[in-house]
Amino acid sequence: MAIGKTKQNIKVLFFAQFREQLGCEQIALSASEAGSIEEIKANLISRGGQFEKVFSSANLLVAVNQQMVSSNSTIQGGDEVAFFPPVTGG
Amino acid sequence: MNTKITIQTKDFSPGDEINWLEQETSGDGALVTFIGKVRDHNQGQEVANLFLEHYAGMAERCLENIADQARARWQVGKICIIHRVGELNINDNIVFVGVTSAHRQDAFYASQFIMDYLKINAPFWKKEQTPRGSRWVEAKQQDQSEAQKW
Repeated sequence: MAIGKTKQNIKVLFFAQFREQLGCEQIALSASEAGSIEEIKANLISRGGQFEKVFSSANLLVAVNQQMVSSNSTIQGGDEVAFFPPVTGG
Repeated sequence: MNTKITIQTKDFSPGDEINWLEQETSGDGALVTFIGKVRDHNQGQEVANLFLEHYAGMAERCLENIADQARARWQVGKICIIHRVGELNINDNIVFVGVTSAHRQDAFYASQFIMDYLKINAPFWKKEQTPRGSRWVEAKQQDQSEAQKW
């Protein structure tokens, strides 16, 4: 188990075309940078470029700790947040 | 163990999975299986091969949850769901769903429900190689409608 400062970080994952467009599969945010999904999205949009393009998209699904959530969900330090496009398996 | 959920790169053997489904289910007179395969065309374009990405951890949990929902709705014995990931070619198997039940109707409904829910909820993404380059497959509205009928 992570302790101390690392426990406070939020792991943010990106999948499929989002991962490709952003050129990275995960980033870490400190808990102070995020209280909700909306705040995380705003933080990512403010980075401009591809981040602004991807996170302004309406077709964006989000999971917290591997469960689908709506964008008004709150986030705590240690959470794993994932952003991805609509799924196409099967 | 009555539910088997596997996500793997290697191929599966439908025969082996049917053998597993048949063990200790002597009270089940119905066994329904579905296999989803890579086809050579999609949305008007030729497809050469496919890359399947997934969210490890969440995908397994999601499939387990779908199997639990099927059990809550119908009387089923065993459930097997296998989904492949990674590089796949034309005709390759992608997904296997197998359900046993005392009666055929429950087995048919449960297997269709599992596929319909997998299509709209499970975090897997397909990327196709076509003559015009590669593209991520877009989710279909029709899949949403199919799942809503349950």
